[in-house]
Amino acid sequence: MKLPDLTELALRNLRESVLRNSLTTLGISVGVASLVAMLSLGIGLQQLFSRRLAKSGLFDTVMVTSRRDLRGMSREDERNGPPPGESRILDESARLEMERLPNVLEAYPDIRFISELRFEDKPHLTMIAALPPSAKSNESFDGMQGGFFTSDTAPEVILQKTFAEELLGKAPSRGIDETNVADLAKPLLGKELTMRYAQRAATPAPPSAPSTAAANPPDDALASSAYSVISREQTLKIVGVFDLDPESMRGPTRAKVFLPLKLAQSLHIMQPTDLREVARAASDQPVYSSISVKVKNPAQVQAVEDTIKKMGFGTFSILDASRGLQQVFKVLYAFLGIFGSLALIVASIGIVNTLVMAILERRREIGIMKAIGASDGDVKKLFFAEAGAMGVLGGVVGVAFGWIIGQVINFGTNIYLKRQGFPPEHFWAVPLWLVGFAILFAFLVSLVSGLYPAGRAARLDPVQALRYE
Amino acid sequence: MTTAPPVSAPRSTVAIRSENLCRHYRMGETLIRAVDGVSLEVRAGEFVALLGSSGSGKSSVLNLIAGLDRPTSGSVVVQDRDLAKLSREELAKYRLHVVGMVFQSFNLIASMTLTENVELPLRFAETDRGQRQQQARQALERVGLRARMDHRPSELSGGEQQRAALARALINRPQLLLADEPTGNLDSHTGTEIMEMVRQFNRKLGMTVVMVTHERALAERYAQRMIFLADGKLIDDQPNTPTASGGHS
Repeated sequence: MKLPDLTELALRNLRESVLRNSLTTLGISVGVASLVAMLSLGIGLQQLFSRRLAKSGLFDTVMVTSRRDLRGMSREDERNGPPPGESRILDESARLEMERLPNVLEAYPDIRFISELRFEDKPHLTMIAALPPSAKSNESFDGMQGGFFTSDTAPEVILQKTFAEELLGKAPSRGIDETNVADLAKPLLGKELTMRYAQRAATPAPPSAPSTAAANPPDDALASSAYSVISREQTLKIVGVFDLDPESMRGPTRAKVFLPLKLAQSLHIMQPTDLREVARAASDQPVYSSISVKVKNPAQVQAVEDTIKKMGFGTFSILDASRGLQQVFKVLYAFLGIFGSLALIVASIGIVNTLVMAILERRREIGIMKAIGASDGDVKKLFFAEAGAMGVLGGVVGVAFGWIIGQVINFGTNIYLKRQGFPPEHFWAVPLWLVGFAILFAFLVSLVSGLYPAGRAARLDPVQALRYE
Repeated sequence: MTTAPPVSAPRSTVAIRSENLCRHYRMGETLIRAVDGVSLEVRAGEFVALLGSSGSGKSSVLNLIAGLDRPTSGSVVVQDRDLAKLSREELAKYRLHVVGMVFQSFNLIASMTLTENVELPLRFAETDRGQRQQQARQALERVGLRARMDHRPSELSGGEQQRAALARALINRPQLLLADEPTGNLDSHTGTEIMEMVRQFNRKLGMTVVMVTHERALAERYAQRMIFLADGKLIDDQPNTPTASGGHS
């Protein structure tokens, strides 16, 4: 029999005992729905974690420090590479070089300093850091009140919650901090702060001593380097207040107030490195204490790190952790998939039952078909087609069910998250391949379920079957 | 040829030949000999009636000729095919193309309309849809069911159902029409109507007809030959001159 004829006859037969076949198909749908629900939860959670990790910047960032600052040097670091005194300076040319490396998205300097901020005539001392524009997507700013800097040079600041509390004269609470950021932000947003800072300004070399310069140029160059430190003030507008701490990894040097990077660079604020590299301070090139290098994706971190090490700098990154996480999710998938499939396997027993019943009921019909020329294959294919049709129908309905269940759970959980003061999350994903896979899987499971009934129907003795009333 | 049995015919015109045909089966401890050494020959175009009381084995012989059952021993050769040697697949093809069957209880599929019932063998033969429907309609028109094509069997009288069954049996233009008590469930008037149709097919299309019946009168009216069976054995084989009006001359 041809496939269209088979499909037509199969669907007609399914319609004939519509209640029983609908119930069986519903059974398959529930099985598929549970499979889809379980797997889409797994996929959704993985995507959520990947998003979070990508946003946290932990896995795609290499921290570059100069070997000259003697910090964080392990024995191994000390033995490899040049001695600190002969190492390269981490300056603008080094930054540009890193930015040009393959697979590097950006390399931005870490500018941080302790400074006094005046708010309503009260001085507050804190650590201030500069943020590149790309930091906007950092998850720490997810629940931020107000907004990110309007531009990379705008005289604006973003405050971390604890500093906002300090400005408002509130004592930082102990234990779990329940203070609502929105309440803190309301009296602060749009207000101005005055930042007092030390500006480093190059002083031109004294015009005297041209003779010594000719005799010993390098020494002269060294002797003529000089810079002034000028106390300056800058008015800054508060544009944002946020809850989470993006610098929790930094420990004591973590900042609570953030400036736009370009603005911070243009202010030429004194950095601790300026003192260390005092001899070169007069050069036009700024020197940085550390540079953060963002890599396109976590897999390329190792290669970029190695290249930067060869350039003569110290590096730091968190590696392999995300690879381990992928493995955990593979195991999670397998478990969710197995539990999801259990319902489908139960449903497949329903298919076997329905078809075996159908054989008993349609014994005579099978006998008639054989008498008028149907082969064993025709009868077998017909029952297969019925099983397959139930599988595909159940699969399609089941995917829809699973999707609806997912949306409802996602919606419900987000209401809960909102009440708890967390931002809404999308931890449910039904990718197209899952839709295809679920329907195909239901179809295959149904065909396997149809194996026994179809074989039994095909082997039916027509003489016996025709005698049956 | 002179040594041939009186009822035998030249080999080329033999439609069915069985030799020592047996069909035995076990029911618990006892061995049932449904067909027990039946040898017969039916010429092409002949109208033969198989007669006997119930349990005589006449339907079993018909099922063996129809390829619905396989002999325990002996052979049955139809149109030069030894049915015992055919595979299940070949046997299905044989039933599809060589044989048309009608039954006492019509055996139409209840969930299908008449057209669908009649075109079912064409589906198995993988005929194209358009051609299939046209052929089914023509076949139903031929048996006078033009107005009933889209009805289901349950909406029709017994006579109409048997006519539809005849249309289905003939749709693949078989050489052999096998009828198992075709008038058993019909009143005598409708039964005559059906038998007239069968006779027409036999005479106009030259179709070989083997009909099982327990009504001797019916056999005498239409059959050219009457074969009597009892306890699975052939007990008599006699020629007959059909007595029906417009009968065989």
